[in-house]
Amino acid sequence: MSSKAKGASPGGGDRINSELFTLTYGALVRHLLLDLESPEEVNKQLDKMGQNIGIRLVDDFLAKTNTGRCRNFREAAKTIAETGFRMFLGCSAKVTQIDDKECKMVLSENPLTDFVELPEKLQPLSYCSLLCGVIRGALEQISMKVECEISKDPLKGDERFELHMRLVEYVNEEYPFKDD
Amino acid sequence: MLLSLYIVNKSGGLIYHRDFSSLAKLDTNDTLRLGSIWHSLHAISSQLSPVPGCKGIELLQAETFDLHNFQTPTGIKFFAVAECNSQGVDRFLKRVYGLYADYVLKNPFYELDMPIRCELFDLQLTSEVTLTMNA
Repeated sequence: MSSKAKGASPGGGDRINSELFTLTYGALVRHLLLDLESPEEVNKQLDKMGQNIGIRLVDDFLAKTNTGRCRNFREAAKTIAETGFRMFLGCSAKVTQIDDKECKMVLSENPLTDFVELPEKLQPLSYCSLLCGVIRGALEQISMKVECEISKDPLKGDERFELHMRLVEYVNEEYPFKDD
Repeated sequence: MLLSLYIVNKSGGLIYHRDFSSLAKLDTNDTLRLGSIWHSLHAISSQLSPVPGCKGIELLQAETFDLHNFQTPTGIKFFAVAECNSQGVDRFLKRVYGLYADYVLKNPFYELDMPIRCELFDLQLTSEVTLTMNA
């Protein structure tokens, strides 16, 4: 995760210790579990927090990478996988399956789960649902409504970390707005 | 030479305005009104285009000034009024977008779509303006 050093330009590739980031995320999830008690509620909350991050982060992405508008879902998915994950999470992702409405992407590694073992009783918890929220929030800002979920999770015994993304609709923001 | 900068959110509300010269200044109400009118003009301009996919006015040239507009894919407009034939204004606007992403959006206490009151952003903007003016 890139962060800024004092005086240097932020987002310029300076890095913080990734363990600080991983541990902070762990502490956050732990705290939510204490507060909300049910893992399902925690999933929801993480997703919502992610969405709020994504809404802001998308501008950072667009400003720094100079990408133009993604014209369709395919382009957006590829951009997220190839540039987005590298820029914000420091790992690469590959789109494994894609059509006009759905796609699956596999992360090469997932720094969020470096030290995590999921206890038996917390099986319903999807530890990284923050990431899904980030993607949803970011695409929402560029007029794409998507659903995103974790389809394979090494914490639950799968081999790799896989995200499943589904396009709900393109939200038209062109004028004139249709009268409701 | 830059004269002033406006930032308009995606619903047409002015969230930032700053003058860089001592020429006749507009009062706050006027800037708010002009900001939203520009938002609408920009929307109309893209509708006027006979070719689909038009992104609206990018440059407006008048006898006494140029207005450069930069709209992000997320719908925020950055526009600057500058003296005629000023160079590097488009690049300046893109840099301001970068500053906005860093010092406004990453500030956890900034509320989206609200007027920008971030000291760090002001400071960084000032140095960006100096840089552009001296280029």
